[in-house]
Amino acid sequence: MTEMTFQMPDLPKGLAKRHKAEKRFRLMALASVLLGLIFLAVLFINVLTSGADAIRQSKVRLDINLQINDFGGSKGPDIQQLKNANYQGIIKRTIYKNFPEVKSRRDKRGLYRLVSSGAAYELREFVLDDPSKIGTSISIWLPASDDVDMIMKGKVSRTASSDVRRLSDQQMEWLEKLEAEGNLETKFNWTLFSSGDSREPELAGVAAAMVGSLYSIIVCLIISFPLGVMAALYLESFAPKNRFTSFIEVNINNLAAVPSIVFGLLGLAVFLNFFELPRSAPLVGGMVLSLMTMPTIIIAGRVAIQGVPPSIKEAALAEGASPVQAVFHHVLPLAMPGVLTGTIIGTARALGETAPLLMIGMVAFVVDVPKSILDPATALPVQVYLWSDMPEKGFAERTSAAILVLLAFVGLMNLTAVLLRKKFEIRW
Amino acid sequence: MFEPDQKKVELVPQTRNWRERAIMLTLLGASSVAVLTTVGIVASLIFESIQFFRIVPFTDFVFGLHWSPQMAIREDQVGSSGAFGAIPLLVGTLLISAVALTISAPVGLMSAIYLGEYASPKMRSIIKPTLEVLAGIPTVVYGFFAVVVVAPLLRQGGESIGLSVSSESALAAGFVMGIMTIPFVSSISDDAISAVPASLKEAALGLGSTRSEAIKNVIVPAALPGIAGGILLAASRVIGETMIVVMAAGLTAKLTLNPLDAVTTVTVQIVTLLTGDQEFDSPKTLSAFALGLLLFTITLALNVTAIKIVKAYREQYD
Repeated sequence: MTEMTFQMPDLPKGLAKRHKAEKRFRLMALASVLLGLIFLAVLFINVLTSGADAIRQSKVRLDINLQINDFGGSKGPDIQQLKNANYQGIIKRTIYKNFPEVKSRRDKRGLYRLVSSGAAYELREFVLDDPSKIGTSISIWLPASDDVDMIMKGKVSRTASSDVRRLSDQQMEWLEKLEAEGNLETKFNWTLFSSGDSREPELAGVAAAMVGSLYSIIVCLIISFPLGVMAALYLESFAPKNRFTSFIEVNINNLAAVPSIVFGLLGLAVFLNFFELPRSAPLVGGMVLSLMTMPTIIIAGRVAIQGVPPSIKEAALAEGASPVQAVFHHVLPLAMPGVLTGTIIGTARALGETAPLLMIGMVAFVVDVPKSILDPATALPVQVYLWSDMPEKGFAERTSAAILVLLAFVGLMNLTAVLLRKKFEIRW
Repeated sequence: MFEPDQKKVELVPQTRNWRERAIMLTLLGASSVAVLTTVGIVASLIFESIQFFRIVPFTDFVFGLHWSPQMAIREDQVGSSGAFGAIPLLVGTLLISAVALTISAPVGLMSAIYLGEYASPKMRSIIKPTLEVLAGIPTVVYGFFAVVVVAPLLRQGGESIGLSVSSESALAAGFVMGIMTIPFVSSISDDAISAVPASLKEAALGLGSTRSEAIKNVIVPAALPGIAGGILLAASRVIGETMIVVMAAGLTAKLTLNPLDAVTTVTVQIVTLLTGDQEFDSPKTLSAFALGLLLFTITLALNVTAIKIVKAYREQYD
């Protein structure tokens, strides 16, 4: 028999001291919980306050006279002339008219810089949408430049030196004149949700990244959901207890813990270099993400299937159903809420995944909203990464705004999963 | 007289058997995708790594103390050798992981203790899911937060006490990673602690120990294998984490153990080597796969050990 020894732990002498130690310990434990909660709060407050600024964008109102000559004379413009008209020239002409005292070329250039370089594109869109406006005078709000926007939002002090402000004293005078006349205001930033990436913060939006993410997630779901559910069904209901089965199980458990970047390397080596699928495409992104999501779905699916009482399957078998019928007609439908919950949680994780997408080239500078799963695209978290690296101050708030959009989607999906579990979970 | 239709009775089961077998095979095929994925990962990593080790000797990679994968673009360029020693990357990875674990291991364990032993059921039902939110936030968000908030704070804090803290310090990246893994450690510790039979705790309390004494001297030692397994799993997560370090850690490899310095990690180098346009067969690109193989091996070893520890321990009290 082995000898049992009991070692008295080192306890402080005296009850008061021991109670004090108890209190200290309890406080430390509470402090640990609070550390996590405080960090979470600071993170959210920081992202919210910074991202809220991106909801508004400074715009300049211009009363533009769209002369017929601008669009190729009196014959009535064709579509090509509408597309190629000198919109920049029209905007310049209009601004210079508002400031007749500005004469020198250098000053004029400084004046035009108050308006975003993308203003011409917006005017072009406006005219292409409604060519009947040609020949009339219109009043239109066009985006101001990033530097003006930062001043308007108070991100950069008006009294800062012109180097910090990136605007000269003269430009500040013009800015204040526009503002006083009510021709410079911050307005709701539709651009943020309707356009793709841009080098200019005032023109950059998350639309292309959102669509890219959506395509990848759809591809990911189409592949991983059926495969995951089938694998879970097989392992839980049909698999014979042999070495191959336990090998599959070990594989799944290990895959769930493989770093995401390794899946990216797999995608690069196999999907891109071996099968020569297109780079930067949501198709490949979705395929890589599906390999990562599958273990999550399988593990959650198995737990859900285990939760269905065996009596249900046995009853079906006794009534003459085949094993496959018993499982597909009776067990699977009852396990579905749990399977779906696991799928949604896995998909939410895939939505926030960045590293594997970097490996397969979804870090492209994407201006146009992708039209198919083979077009070059980026994804929301990758957009966050790209913008966070940009030197312009305007991108900082847009990064936060993109994070907010991402968090909203991830949060919404997780909330759905929780509600689904609460509503449909059956306690046997 | 009733005569069963022989044909029908036989036909139904036959087609059914046929279909069932096909369904079975499909299900088996679906399960094998997991195996295929593992095979794909291992094969592609090994295949590319072998090509890399043909150019750069294996020993240079594993024992080399210098990492600067700059290869010549043209043949005649000067200083074209490039160095592929993985040690500085490993040390950097371990340094950042050590910082992360010194935060997440005690904080995660203490959180689990508070939620399991001290908090009221109502408080627990609110705090636990809130803490789990930390695990659901995409890592790119943590990376941004590390760059924008944590790193400048540490820098200012360091300056005020006369320390020079790099703006890409291992401390900032490690701290944020540590916070990220708190719910991870805490939920596994929670499982381990609640698996300890209540009789052990009750015996300790019955002998007159205070709650904290029962926790420190009885519960935690009994749950230690499970907790250790959880910490190992957290370590494997931290070592493989990419976005936080890509955004908040440095790019140049430096062999140092000072957490205030900028270091780089295995994952950061994989990303820098493979983003942007490169020839696929250059040693620079291939080295990323060798690093991937290294990363895969380390995390696999950690995971297998952790799962073994957790399993062995679970059986002890069942």
